[in-house]
Amino acid sequence: MRISLPHGDAGGGFGAESSPSRDLLSRVHMDGPLSLALLTAAVLGLVVLYSAGQENIGLVERQSVRLALSFMVMIVLAQVPSHQLQVWTPWLYLGGIVMLVAVLLVGETSKGAQRWLDVGVRFQPSEIMKLAVPMMMAWYFANRPLPPQFRHLLVAVLIPGVPMLLIAKQPDLGTALLVGSAGAFALFLGGLSWTIILGSVATVGCIAPVVWEFGLHDYQRQRVLTFLDPENDPLGAGYHIIQSKIAIGSGGLYGKGWLNGTQAHLDFLPEGTTDFIFAVFSEEFGLIGVCMLLALYAVIVGRSLYIAASAPDTFSRLLAGSIALIFFVYVFVNAGMVSGLLPVVGLPLPLISYGGTSLVTIMGGFGMLMSIYSSRRWLSQ
Amino acid sequence: MVVGLLLVGTLGILARAVYLQILNKDFLQDQGYERFLRVMEIPAYRGVIKDRHGEPLAVSSPVDSVWANPKKLLQYSDRLGELAHTLGIKTAELEQRLQVKADKEFAYLRRQVPPEIAQQVMDLHIPGVALQREYRRYYPTAEVTSHLLGFTDIDDIGQEGLELTFNKSLQGIPGKKRVIKDRLGRTVENLESVLLPVPGQTLVLSIDRRIQYLAYRELKAAVQENKASSGTAVMLDVRTGEILAMVNQPAANPNDRNQLRSEFLRNRSVTDVYEPGSTVKPFTIAMALESGAYRPTTLINTSPGILKVGRNRVRDVHNYGLIDVARVISKSSNVGASKIALSLPAEKLWDIYRRLGFGSATHIGFSGEQSGVLHHYSHWSAIGHANHSFGYGFSVTSLQLAQAYAVLAADGIKRPLSILRLDEPPRNEERIMSAATARQVRTMMEAVVSDKGTAPKAAVAGYQVAGKTGTVHKIVDGRYTTRYLSLFAGMAPADHPRLVLVVVIDDPRAGHHYGGQVAAPAFSAIMSGALRLLNVTPDVVPTVNMASVAADRARKP
Repeated sequence: MRISLPHGDAGGGFGAESSPSRDLLSRVHMDGPLSLALLTAAVLGLVVLYSAGQENIGLVERQSVRLALSFMVMIVLAQVPSHQLQVWTPWLYLGGIVMLVAVLLVGETSKGAQRWLDVGVRFQPSEIMKLAVPMMMAWYFANRPLPPQFRHLLVAVLIPGVPMLLIAKQPDLGTALLVGSAGAFALFLGGLSWTIILGSVATVGCIAPVVWEFGLHDYQRQRVLTFLDPENDPLGAGYHIIQSKIAIGSGGLYGKGWLNGTQAHLDFLPEGTTDFIFAVFSEEFGLIGVCMLLALYAVIVGRSLYIAASAPDTFSRLLAGSIALIFFVYVFVNAGMVSGLLPVVGLPLPLISYGGTSLVTIMGGFGMLMSIYSSRRWLSQ
Repeated sequence: MVVGLLLVGTLGILARAVYLQILNKDFLQDQGYERFLRVMEIPAYRGVIKDRHGEPLAVSSPVDSVWANPKKLLQYSDRLGELAHTLGIKTAELEQRLQVKADKEFAYLRRQVPPEIAQQVMDLHIPGVALQREYRRYYPTAEVTSHLLGFTDIDDIGQEGLELTFNKSLQGIPGKKRVIKDRLGRTVENLESVLLPVPGQTLVLSIDRRIQYLAYRELKAAVQENKASSGTAVMLDVRTGEILAMVNQPAANPNDRNQLRSEFLRNRSVTDVYEPGSTVKPFTIAMALESGAYRPTTLINTSPGILKVGRNRVRDVHNYGLIDVARVISKSSNVGASKIALSLPAEKLWDIYRRLGFGSATHIGFSGEQSGVLHHYSHWSAIGHANHSFGYGFSVTSLQLAQAYAVLAADGIKRPLSILRLDEPPRNEERIMSAATARQVRTMMEAVVSDKGTAPKAAVAGYQVAGKTGTVHKIVDGRYTTRYLSLFAGMAPADHPRLVLVVVIDDPRAGHHYGGQVAAPAFSAIMSGALRLLNVTPDVVPTVNMASVAADRARKP
């Protein structure tokens, strides 16, 4: 069992208890520190968005509505006891798979990708999978011995693998990656043996060069290279990343100040309000701002992991841990991609980027986390 | 374990942030600046050209040119229609122009549009379209001064005439400013002026706009009346050498560039050379008087109107018989002039011509000015010597002829010419002949304008005119033809000349071709108007009582 957080350490700082408000919060199954951190991030997001969106107040208003909506989703989900979640899990997962298939058959295309399903409201079924996959993994291993046995691995790979391939086909590489990593995290948290982890890494490491050499056409290789190092193509794929690096670097230690970033305000930075908002933030608030933002995210992830560690059963523990790690991956991949560390895959910066769908999923995840935290108290009482 | 992984990830991001924001900050910041800071040229205001009284002859007015970033604009090809419509060009043409420069970032859409159209274009808010401030030259006096001033090209750089020769001082020095531009190249903010533009200097010409108008009008009338192909007139102020008027025909309005043809642009006063013919006889006579061998009353036998010089002949129109030197001018006797010239060394004639300015350009600022041809006397044959005495065998410009007449008018003193207004009297004066000689020749030239002379039509009421006609056979393809150049050169008032005027009518085809009939009336009209405009005191007062003349003289400034 790899969830071996030192209890007092990660959790202690966030568990400051104050009785009246705490009573009110626990009555609605809210975790105080986590709620506060999420709210802070959301407000910060609106502030940055105002600047990134060229001081368009309408943009901020629309995002506020989405934030309110997703916080409500969180509160609603927090009311659902975790064993109830466990019951719903297979149905949610299967429903998600069906919808993903439906997307590929009858989905709507936008910007070259077939991601949307129109059933009264337009939405992306792949978003559901971000939660459904870790839930399904947790459900699958809830009644099986941990660390995972080798014979269970095939199913454990198929659970994230199938939706991942369906999503990658849309194509939506970012989400596919996230869904895949959600499955991997569950396995990892479940205590998959190091032999298997290292073994698969080594296998991929051995096969990749062979595929590279014999399995790919020249243009495909070129495409992969551009994907890995977009700056080789400064006017095409590299344009975003060059502009965003300039934005981040221009911020310096202290930043240029709110509303003073030139890259976004002069329209050089593409997607400044969505995937690349981290660059706007970095330009205006500098390294100090970046440190504080990362600290805020660390609080959220840390508190989530604390909740996972103190969860009463395997399902809750795996689910909570996966949600925490997915959230981290969101931040890491987005910041890494915007700053040129990682290839560009379309992932928003959670709670800051403009957009509603992923926000609802993320907050839904935190709702489950809070439900899990409350369940622990119900049990202990 | 998990915490460790997260820590590594977080530290990775942090390290990247430090790398970008601390270590590479300067480089990336510069990169940022390079993307939005631009140094733009501020066009300098081109200097105004004014006449001697400060009236504007050429002014630059600010206009806007519409340009676009074709790369950007082509992405919005659905809006090309309304853009083309506003600009007043065809959509297909606009599209084609953009396609040609599809991989470029700059293309003019339409240059120098009126302000209201520029505003309408900007109101469309089409990405990639922007304005550029420019200046457009405007000539209030239009074709009246077009040959003299020349014109500027669309970038407001002088291409012809005074605009070309004085381009440097007119142009000024463009300034520089630093601006913030957004991705679409629109100027978001003007930061600072790095260098203020230095406006071009004002050019004050010696031209008097009123006389210029008058001369233009009369020349145009004369050219039309005589069905001539072209014409030119140039007037000098005798006292200063300033050019008061310089006009040409045909002409076109320089404000409408579509009309411009090279034949409308020639400033024929300086670009066209011709054999001056009889108009130079006064100088032959002056040379003779200066030599001491002749006096105005010296008699010359021109009988029988033909003079054999070697195998060639010099002819007069009539047989004038025995005439004095003065009548050689008033009758315009080629034989008389030849006999006088041949009796004296060729060097003397060559020398006075040369010193009068024939054969060398004035270099006072005209583009395309010709110097004419005056061969050295050592190359003259006997007939060549004779021909030179009555204006053949060498060539002059109208401006040179006017300058030579100005010497006679200024009692033998040659003053450098000027197209710019002089604020102090000219230096470098040079005496070409004695004052007495100049006066004697002038007196002889008065007779030309008399009823018995060749050009009574050059007379001006109230003023005594001294002048000389010229009717020159044109050389076409190296042969003398029956096509003519009609000239009249003269001055007034004859006693103390103030103005010199040369009128040339090229190829008159309405029946008359003698200078006295074609050029002289225009001379009279221009001269009389100019004398009155300048308040020159009349010197001929046939029926006016002396008291009013005295009063008139007292009024004279």
